[in-house]
Amino acid sequence: MRHLYTWTAILAIVIASVIGDVLLARAMKQVGDVHAVWRRSGLWTVIGRILSNANFFLGVSSMAAGFFSLLFALSWGDVSLVAPAAASLTFIGNACAAKIFLHEKVDRRRWFAAVLVAAGVALLAG
Amino acid sequence: MTFRKYLVLAGVTVFAAAGDSMLSHGMKQVGNISLHHLSSVFFAVRNPWVAAGIVLLLAFFAAYMNALSWADLTYVLPATSLGYVLLALIAKFVLHEQVSPLRWLGIALISGGVGFVAGGPALTSHDKAHRGTANRVGTAAQACPEPAEGDCPVERSSAATVDSRNETPCLATNRSDGAPEPDARAIPGGVGS
Repeated sequence: MRHLYTWTAILAIVIASVIGDVLLARAMKQVGDVHAVWRRSGLWTVIGRILSNANFFLGVSSMAAGFFSLLFALSWGDVSLVAPAAASLTFIGNACAAKIFLHEKVDRRRWFAAVLVAAGVALLAG
Repeated sequence: MTFRKYLVLAGVTVFAAAGDSMLSHGMKQVGNISLHHLSSVFFAVRNPWVAAGIVLLLAFFAAYMNALSWADLTYVLPATSLGYVLLALIAKFVLHEQVSPLRWLGIALISGGVGFVAGGPALTSHDKAHRGTANRVGTAAQACPEPAEGDCPVERSSAATVDSRNETPCLATNRSDGAPEPDARAIPGGVGS
């Protein structure tokens, strides 16, 4: 039962993280380069643009769900399993989601990198 | 890539690793959270280690958002994985823990993966997303924050790859035929909503 709880929480972390990352990435692309906007219009303009973006709040909400799933998972499983397993699966999920929803050009180089990083993170858990 | 951008990516890496470590330590002190008392997960933030972990993760979040404003998600994410490498190196050289050959292999794979991504462009987003941005923000002038500094490149094709030297994604469509720029609010196909 302990393993079931742990892996259910890991799955919840992955789903919430991928949704949160995609929404946050979309929101920040809509805001523009933070440093450039800050230099040109000031910090309050940056904050105003971020806080007026609906995708930002949806992304943060999703990441909050992922965070509490992480706390739940850490209370049942070891960090050496939870963190790498969730991170590995999130890498692959994010590569797919970025290609589909953010229209990023995920070429062979990035797919290869995502698989390498996911495998590396999994090995670190061993 | 400027030094500032490398610094932002380093912040993403370090804050994530340190925050995760403190959260883990704190949650071990809090103990198992029962399904029948799920609300107790909210009280875990009273633990100082959990609280410190949350502060560091907020710093990570700020650096992460900054990075996402000028780079692809699939470019920024591998940078966060360097945190695991950092943790393993700290375990080996600071805490003098035993790091197995499999873990060294994992470190090599992550480093290789990050190297692969770092060698490519930071931003490749399809222009459709940018048009959606201009659609949401209002005007082309507002959507491109740095027109005066030449950071907003002329769009080369419908799926143009923006070189990493272009520090700001172009959110407006520059017409090559010299015709006046249409109001960005009229550009269809927005995906930003």
